[in-house]
Amino acid sequence: MGWLSLPAIRLPDALRLSGLHTLRLEVTILNAVNPLPAADRRFMSGNEAVARGAWEAGCRVAAAYPGTPSTEILEYASQYEGMYTEWSINEKVSLEVAIGASLAGSRAFCAMKHVGLNVASDALMTETLIGIRGGLVIAVADDVGLSSSQNEQDSRFWGRFAHVPILEPSDAREAYQLTRTAFDLSEQFNTPVILRLTTRICHVKGVVSPGERQEFIHPEGFQKNPATQVMTPTNARHRIPLMYQREERIRQYSEECELNPIQEGSDRRIGFVTSGPAFMHVKESFPDAPVIKLGLSYPPPLEKIRALAGTVAQLVVVEEVEPLLETEIKAAGIPVLGKEILPRIGELSPSVLRPAIDRLLGEAPAAAEAEPASPAPEIKLEPGVNLFPRPPTMCVACPHLGIYYCLSKIKNTSISGDIGCYTLGAGQPWNALDTCVCMGASMGVALGLDKGRVEADANKRVIAVIGDSTFMHMGMQGLLNITYNKGNVTILLLDNRAVGMTGGQDNPASGRNLHGEETFHIDFRKVCEALGVKPERIHEVNPYELPNLFKALREEVKIDEPSVIITNQPCVLVDFYGVQPPFTVDEEKCTGCRNCLDVGCPAIFVTRRETVVKPNGKEKELAFVRIDSAVCTGCDLCPRTCGPDAIIPVQKTEDRGQKTE
Amino acid sequence: MSENKITNILVAGIGGQGVMTAAEILAQTALALGFDVKKTEVAGMAQRGGVVTSHVRFGDQVLSPAIPPGETDILVGFEPAEALRWVTHLRPDGVAMVNQVRQEPPVVSLGLYDYPDDPVAQMRQTGIEVHAFDAGAIARELGNLRLVNTVMLGAISEYLPFSPELLKEAILERFRARKPKLVEINEKAFEAGRATKATN
Repeated sequence: MGWLSLPAIRLPDALRLSGLHTLRLEVTILNAVNPLPAADRRFMSGNEAVARGAWEAGCRVAAAYPGTPSTEILEYASQYEGMYTEWSINEKVSLEVAIGASLAGSRAFCAMKHVGLNVASDALMTETLIGIRGGLVIAVADDVGLSSSQNEQDSRFWGRFAHVPILEPSDAREAYQLTRTAFDLSEQFNTPVILRLTTRICHVKGVVSPGERQEFIHPEGFQKNPATQVMTPTNARHRIPLMYQREERIRQYSEECELNPIQEGSDRRIGFVTSGPAFMHVKESFPDAPVIKLGLSYPPPLEKIRALAGTVAQLVVVEEVEPLLETEIKAAGIPVLGKEILPRIGELSPSVLRPAIDRLLGEAPAAAEAEPASPAPEIKLEPGVNLFPRPPTMCVACPHLGIYYCLSKIKNTSISGDIGCYTLGAGQPWNALDTCVCMGASMGVALGLDKGRVEADANKRVIAVIGDSTFMHMGMQGLLNITYNKGNVTILLLDNRAVGMTGGQDNPASGRNLHGEETFHIDFRKVCEALGVKPERIHEVNPYELPNLFKALREEVKIDEPSVIITNQPCVLVDFYGVQPPFTVDEEKCTGCRNCLDVGCPAIFVTRRETVVKPNGKEKELAFVRIDSAVCTGCDLCPRTCGPDAIIPVQKTEDRGQKTE
Repeated sequence: MSENKITNILVAGIGGQGVMTAAEILAQTALALGFDVKKTEVAGMAQRGGVVTSHVRFGDQVLSPAIPPGETDILVGFEPAEALRWVTHLRPDGVAMVNQVRQEPPVVSLGLYDYPDDPVAQMRQTGIEVHAFDAGAIARELGNLRLVNTVMLGAISEYLPFSPELLKEAILERFRARKPKLVEINEKAFEAGRATKATN
């Protein structure tokens, strides 16, 4: 396979574009273009391409837990016939399901985001000793640039750690091709294979020419073989040398295979070693430079790289994120530059690469003048300097708004948070979330905040905030640990019946599976009871009914034992949510008190500000507001914060003949 | 290098405005014409009111999916401050088409930041060709705020390396397949956007 396997599509000369203002072309000219039949050229995201590749490879079982940027892989996979697909409750389970399916003789697949493999790694580190029967492929999507993640870890480490090969596509077309290749490699070498993706693969669309599905079923099915499948110390000890031998065979294969081509180039001042989307950035920036492109990036073909080094003045490794190849190439005694000149965080897009290489060649301004390495160089501004940021916000009418409104009004708290939309509660205007580590961590961290408290915090109330999906992913164990160890924690379990942050996927709290079919619907009250919370310490509350929520919170934080407050309103993005008639502001009644702004709903805007001096001489900032009735869903939360009853249904103002938005 | 001429379109706005759909239609049109096309999708948490940008690149062969800074041919700004945010990505002879309807984020409502007085004027200071108009008003007149998307596509249609008719056809085809009732109104929206170019 090659990275340029697309048949070159030649456009008529009239289409060779020279400048914007000469671009108006006649339809008749364009009709002369004769593209491939539409069916052969599909426009797919990397995620869609991976799903297609897995299906074509004859994969029969695919599992995942949603996580940006990998979520859509399973959503697309679920649309194909002949492949069982599921939302697993966490990544470790998804890998275990895939391992079982592989041992049963089917080709099997799981997908996750980078931090998901941390969770699944316990399974991976022993699965690598067991090996496979049907090909086993683990797609891991790194969030290079941290678009929606708590860290930027480099999943290529797992190849080194688990001694398994890593394939790295550099666009959607390759994602499709390499997914198919991954299953073949897995069987050829009896190993799980990691397909390393990044956000720039998952969420970039390109042209893919898909093929047909080829069925794969191991004729013998599952075999009982304790020596290779039951990893007791005795059995595992025998498997370890085999794992190392396998790694050596793949290392040899890496030197010889077509997955790691050298692209010759006429400009021999610098040669590049690169993989993944960085390869495209290199080709875009330096089209004439020699490049070795690593489709199979672990184990790296060190002798091939040595050969390339001998033909260029300098060799540069362009890898996102950590200097892994660089370290290994240097250890092999090959002179190479890497993170000395390129940033260790963020994408290595042309905007980062070009200035760095120009500096190396002495063709750029001195380093002092040049831009420092930045994870998001695109957001640098000149004319728009000091432009406000537009960080992600909670949605209009989100059920979490009322919860954070209440939390922000309760004093003397330590609030451990978790992974989900509700992590945004750490921001303005609520500032009501104090920690965020990893999935489920709110539970353990809360107990630690309780048990580790010092004298100064003797009266602090410890609160943990966790969503339904995160609770089922890894939070339930933490709750059991709290009750078992007699912790004093008030838990807010925000059940919005969906995996909200990734787009509202189904889970046991929605009672529907990946295919939208009805299935087991978890009862959180029963679960919490079973995990040791006293029935009288469990409350179910509608988070839009602020007085009830306040009351439950205030009572439970005073009690010295674990309690759980379950909020029960759905995510506004899913079909359980019912839109109500919108609200508007009666401008004559609005006193500018700002209370409604503390809700943090993005449908509320300030129209004017005033500073008044109160009788006691203190200044007070007033802000008069308006509601964007076009987006308001009538959740009835902000009216409850409005003393003068200035927030009223749109209908009423119309009755009175007033102008509405 | 110049042989492989790539057209670079940067669509910028806010989650929920239809930025991704506009980019998708542009990309699909280019694809149908036989170009190689790449298009970035939403980065992460965008549906929560954050900044959304989509890079659409097409030509003989597209390598990196990210438009290098200073190489954008057309900036489609669904919101004036967001258009300003990306103006430095344009080439000196590029064009910006801006919807004038402001959307203030909560950080502005809370008084933590100011919204610029006149983002479009700041853009014009760079010497770049900027067209700004109230796409929201056009959409409202036609009776549906969601038409902003089609209005914006109509407005840039004269600047594309293919006929405006082809883009219009691609939009209408999409609606024929999904929401046939909306075909006619989208055609009007497209033409209204296209006509506005002459007046701003």
